[in-house]
Amino acid sequence: MMRAQRTPLLMCLIFLLGASVLYAGGGDGLWMTKVPDRERARQNPFDSEANAVAAGAKLFRQNCTSCHGSEATGVKNRPNLHSERVRAATPGELEWLLKNGSMRNGMPSWSRLPEQQRWQIVAFLKSLQ
Amino acid sequence: MFARRFKILALLACVVGALMLPQRARAQENYFVTYTHHMEEPGNLEFATKSVTGFPGAGNAFWGNAMEMEYGVKTWWTSELYLDSQTTANESSVFTGFRFENRFRPLLQEHWINPVLYAEFEDINSADKALLEVVGHDGIADFLGRNDRTEKEREVELKLILSSNFRGWNVAENMIAEKNIAGEPWEFGYAVAVSRPLSLAASPKACRFCRENFAIGAELYGGLGDRYSFGLHDTSHYFAPTMAFHLPSGPTFSVSPAAGLNSNSHGFLLRFGVAYEINQFVSRLRGK
Repeated sequence: MMRAQRTPLLMCLIFLLGASVLYAGGGDGLWMTKVPDRERARQNPFDSEANAVAAGAKLFRQNCTSCHGSEATGVKNRPNLHSERVRAATPGELEWLLKNGSMRNGMPSWSRLPEQQRWQIVAFLKSLQ
Repeated sequence: MFARRFKILALLACVVGALMLPQRARAQENYFVTYTHHMEEPGNLEFATKSVTGFPGAGNAFWGNAMEMEYGVKTWWTSELYLDSQTTANESSVFTGFRFENRFRPLLQEHWINPVLYAEFEDINSADKALLEVVGHDGIADFLGRNDRTEKEREVELKLILSSNFRGWNVAENMIAEKNIAGEPWEFGYAVAVSRPLSLAASPKACRFCRENFAIGAELYGGLGDRYSFGLHDTSHYFAPTMAFHLPSGPTFSVSPAAGLNSNSHGFLLRFGVAYEINQFVSRLRGK
């Protein structure tokens, strides 16, 4: 009887330990190498829309400033988005990063934002150049 | 007396949270029962209440409440603590226990279907009416007796959460297995949901009532019996439209009227909730 009672607890412990071990590895910072070519080549469908940068700036203020700062210069050790890497990235690469995140490095996935809003943020990021 | 203290503490927690005035905060809850693969952003703390009211014909009306604190530990790991309480008309207000849960996202990129592993321990009593999930043979009969906290329910709950985003829609399916560690059999349940913002693109101007700030959807959830009597017999099921309003830089309000789908279900439940997210909570505490 006691053994039967312990079984679920043991299962939970094994589950939690397994999950911890699975994520023991550190980040690699190489998200750009993971972007598929097809995604990399995508163009921003909002490029021709005059309001896209303003909408993207609004979304950036709502979702991104706590880590990247209101001027997108980065808070503490978070990335400064006025960087060569962002300038050189294609719109498709940036949208891929927003969608998938770089979870090992602390960048969450923003897939909860609709794709259109992610492209608007990309338009804003490209305007930082 | 304890319930009164609990309410005062809850109120204080909300006030302290509001006083911290996060620069930008936006909670992300669209559903009441169903979980998606969207995790809390790391370092963010979300305060939320999930309430449900019911009016069982043969019993007293009740208001069940779960106060939730959700913290993003890592991008792939979210931890939550729930404090449950309830008030039943003509009876009493009681604190009914706590739940501690963790969600892990095993795949670190977006896929067509994104799995999340969920593990929860709950220590609640038989007076709990938070109805955060429906499993086993849960039904309206559980709500007809007077408030009785004598029976302890120490349970583990495992969920497999599958969730997809497609053209602005979120589709989520949860498979639930729950077991009272006092030796009762495994109980099973399900929850499925879809939702979509009213507008997929954001408007360029700051606005509170833009369509992009509203999300509508629906949930379907219910029990699937237990290990010895798996199936739909003697189970309860609900269909519930959902609506969420994300106030920019403020709280998220959500509401969901649920209709019971069989005679073992409540005829009608009204769920409502408020969620408020504090960005980079620990950094703020440290004053950094």
